[in-house]
Parts: sequence; structure tokens; C-alpha cells
Amino acid sequence: MDLLIAPFQYEFFRNGTIAAVLVGGLCALIGVYIVLRGMSFIGHGLSHAVFGGAVVAFILQFNFYVGAVSWGFIAALLINQTVRKTTISADAAIGVVTTASFALGVALISRYRRFSQSFDAALFGNVLGVTPMDIAVIVFVTLAATFMIFFFYKQLLFTTFNSEVAQVYGIPTFWIETWFALILAAVIIAAVQIMGVTMIGAALVVPPITIRLLTDSFHRLMIYSTILGAVTGLVGMYLSFYVDVSSGASIVLLQSILFCIALFYVAKIRHRRRLVETPVYGPT
Amino acid sequence: MDPLIELNRVAFGYGSFNVLDDIDLHLHPGQFVGLVGPSGAGKTSLLKLILTLLTPGEGEIQRVRPDLRITYVPQIETVDWSFPVTAEEVVLMGLDHRRNIWPWPRRRERKRAREILERLEIGHLAQRHIRDLSGGQQQRVFLARALVADPEVLVLDEPTTGVDVRSAENIFHWLTVLNKEGMTILLTTHDLNMAAAHVPWVVCLNRRIVAQGPPQEIFTEEILSDAYKGNFIVLRQDDMIFVQQRPHPHGLKEVLPDPVEGGLPDHDSLKKTVQPIPASKEA
Repeated sequence: MDLLIAPFQYEFFRNGTIAAVLVGGLCALIGVYIVLRGMSFIGHGLSHAVFGGAVVAFILQFNFYVGAVSWGFIAALLINQTVRKTTISADAAIGVVTTASFALGVALISRYRRFSQSFDAALFGNVLGVTPMDIAVIVFVTLAATFMIFFFYKQLLFTTFNSEVAQVYGIPTFWIETWFALILAAVIIAAVQIMGVTMIGAALVVPPITIRLLTDSFHRLMIYSTILGAVTGLVGMYLSFYVDVSSGASIVLLQSILFCIALFYVAKIRHRRRLVETPVYGPT
Repeated sequence: MDPLIELNRVAFGYGSFNVLDDIDLHLHPGQFVGLVGPSGAGKTSLLKLILTLLTPGEGEIQRVRPDLRITYVPQIETVDWSFPVTAEEVVLMGLDHRRNIWPWPRRRERKRAREILERLEIGHLAQRHIRDLSGGQQQRVFLARALVADPEVLVLDEPTTGVDVRSAENIFHWLTVLNKEGMTILLTTHDLNMAAAHVPWVVCLNRRIVAQGPPQEIFTEEILSDAYKGNFIVLRQDDMIFVQQRPHPHGLKEVLPDPVEGGLPDHDSLKKTVQPIPASKEA
């Protein structure tokens, strides 16, 4: 029991755990829509894109959150509109828009080397640096995302299922996708401190695909994916504390192990079902 | 009576290539219209123009009222069958979302969805995942989603593609019933015989409107050959019309290698080659 309680005497662990649980659950919730839209790499790409935005905001002495969220939002909109209005596929659009933005960030860092230290934390996540301000931002983004998903649940579901047909049924798909892009950009910014740019993509995708293996129900997928994200956020923090590895990496590794277990379990169930269902021919 | 939807000299293209030219089409209340034509004739593009998913390059499309209730059943190939939704959840998508802001459906909404599924004889499949339904059942689920919105105009894109003959007949039966109840229906189809049997007004399309009218007037060898650039046989018996494309002019012999020297095998020799599978012995 002491093992579980002892880390909470440190303020950084308390802050980090609150942030990890909220970010883990939030990424997993938003990730359901991302996975079902076949845009699994958007999280990975956008997290790189906002890195460029964060660097620009720093140089222009802009507020970090405003700069990075605006940059991420514009990148997400550019991707959406490129996919909607051209024949370019989602993965190609993500690749072009986000890598260009990341390249800008890298170029600026190499030009102004003096602040490269703090951007290491952005790349790999740094639980030690979670401030009350960061937690306030994460709580605000969590409330905003939950509000949007709760009250636009049906519109988001139909738009994700078939955007073109949803439009015929009177759903303002352009606005739904625009709101979603804004929320996604905000989630990624909120998650950067804990997960790091390089790990956010996995935190968005791994919990939904793990639960997707186990259920065919949309609302169950949303609920269990969020729970899985939050629980792995908590357990990942303990792992990070005791094994002394980066918080983002420990959360993603834990999620990946659970994914492998789910995959193995489903394969075993299917194999057993095939054995039961396959008729035996020939003389018996 | 004013048409519900009116297309005047509409043209549409992708890039510099026009897929539709000079389209004049009026859809009147209570009409049941079938669009037929070869692949690439512009049938789906025309539907999407009517649904305002595309904007015409030339001409104009007018609706009798801006709030005309139109619902759409897309081609079955455009659906993601692995998406985690049940038949009932798909039907509930068709309801007006502005009337219920909560994420869960009201009791009366579920009742309405269930009634429509029951009417289409798939009520018992409401909780099944859409992937676990047959082609005909899947089509009926999407038809139910269109009906739950209580449309004035129902638009369907190839509703019988990928379903067996009996299911196709069933779908056309339901559409005929709905039309008799006053619903205006516009569909595209490749099934000329189904269209001849069930659709009272046929529009033959190949980038432009080749001809339109009742099937008795439209399904002629001349019109079909003009639209499809092929050679058709049209047989008529009483009120029924059967359409069949003539085989390749060179016949099967040049398409398939001769399995038997001197020509194709006759029926008896085929019967000798294909043996029935013996029934397995029970233990």
C-alpha cells in the first residue's frame, strides 16, 4: 500500500498524475473518432505541427497556448479541407501539412539554439514540469471536449460514419469537422507536457483500437476507451516513478502491452470459435 | 402541379471533362423515377447535384421549397461495414438531431425506428451489427434510416447492387408500396429488368438525357443501343418487358479457349464432367 501512496507526497507526482489521468482519458476519447475516420496519423502529425507553432509563438513572444492551439487548428483545417476538396488522401495531406510545420519548428530551433533545452521536454514529455497552470488548461480542455462530444454526440457519430450522407440529412458537417479540429488541436497542446510530441499519436490511437477489438458497440467503445486511457495514465505514472523512465513512454508502452493482450485474446477466441463451427467431413 | 425539383439546362464536370450536359429534368410530387444508363453516364453525379452535394457548372436546380425533406440511400459500397454500429443505431441517425439535444434517443424515437424496421421485416435484427446482415438486409436498414426522417423525396443510388434477385425484388416491392402511399422516389439502377417491371417513369442517361418516359416507350432496342452503345434484345410479353444485351458478336468461342477440340462442349458432356458431391455419411 505504501508503494501506492508514497509517491503522492511529492507535488510533481500529484500534479503529474492528475494531468496523466485526464490526458490519457481525453486522448482515448477523442481517439475513437480519429481511428474510425481512418485518420490515425493525424494525432502524430498534429503534435509535430503544433511543435512548429510553439516555437514560432516563443520567438514572437506570444502566449504558448494561444500560439500552439491556433497553429494546430489551422493545420487540422488545412488537412480537412485538402481531403474534402481534392483527391489527395488523408494520410498524404497529414504528411505534407504537419511535416512542413514541424520542419519550420526544427529550422527555427537550429537558428535560435538557446532554447533547445525546453523543447526537449516538449518532444519527449516531462512530468516534472507540470504546473498548476498546465493542470488548469488540461481541465478546461477536458471540460470543453466532453461538452462538445456530449451535446454533438449524434452529429459527430453520423459525420464520422459518412460525412457526405450526413450533410444530406441536415448535419452541418463543415462546422462539426471544424469544431472537432479545434478540440483536437487543444487536446494535443494539453497533452504535450505529459506525453511529449512523439508519444501523443499512440495515446490517441492505442486505447480505441484495443477496445475496438473487444466490442462492436460505438457507445461502449467510447466509454471503455476513455476508462482505459485514464487507467493507463495512472498506472503509467507509477511505472514512470518507480522505473525512472519518461512518463509518455511508460504510458504508451503499457497501452501497447494491453493491446497485444487484447489481440492475443481475440485471436484465441476466434480460433476456438472456428474449431466449434467447422464441420468435420469424411468417415467418422 | 409544380415540380418538387426542377433542373434546367444543367451541366456538370470534373475538371475540363463534362460528365453531364444540358440536363432538363422535372421531379413531380408522387413520381417514381428511375435513372438508367451505363457506368460513367453521370447517374450518381446527377443525384449528388439534386442533393446539393455538388454544384452545377451551368444551368440551375430549383426546389419547390428550401426546406423540402429529401433523404438519401447511398451506394452500398460507400459504407464502412466495420464501423461499430447496430442496425437500430443506423436508423436513429436519420432522425432530426435538432429535436433532441441529448446523446441518447428518446423512447418514442426508438419506438419509431423499431416500427420502421418491423415494417421492412427486419425488426428482429435491430441489435445486430451492420456487418452481420445480408446484402438485402443491409439495404433495408439504410432504407429504414431514410424513412425514419419522414421524407417527401427519397433518393436511392443503385439500391439493388450486390443483392440477390429475391432481395432486389423485395426492395423494389417496398419502393412501389411507398410510392403508392404518396412518396416521391428517384433512384439509379443497372437492373433494367427490375426497372421495367417496377418503375413507372424511366430516364435513360448517358451524359445527356437520351430519352425519358414510361418503360414501354423507353426500353426499345434503338434507345438502349443509343444509350449503352451496345446491342440489345427487348422481349415483350403481355405487360412484361425483358431486356438482354446480345452476346459478344464473335461469340464465346473467341473469348474462351476450346476445352474440347472442335468446339464448345455440349450440355451432356458438361453433365458428365460435373459430378454431384456425394452426401457425407453420418456417424
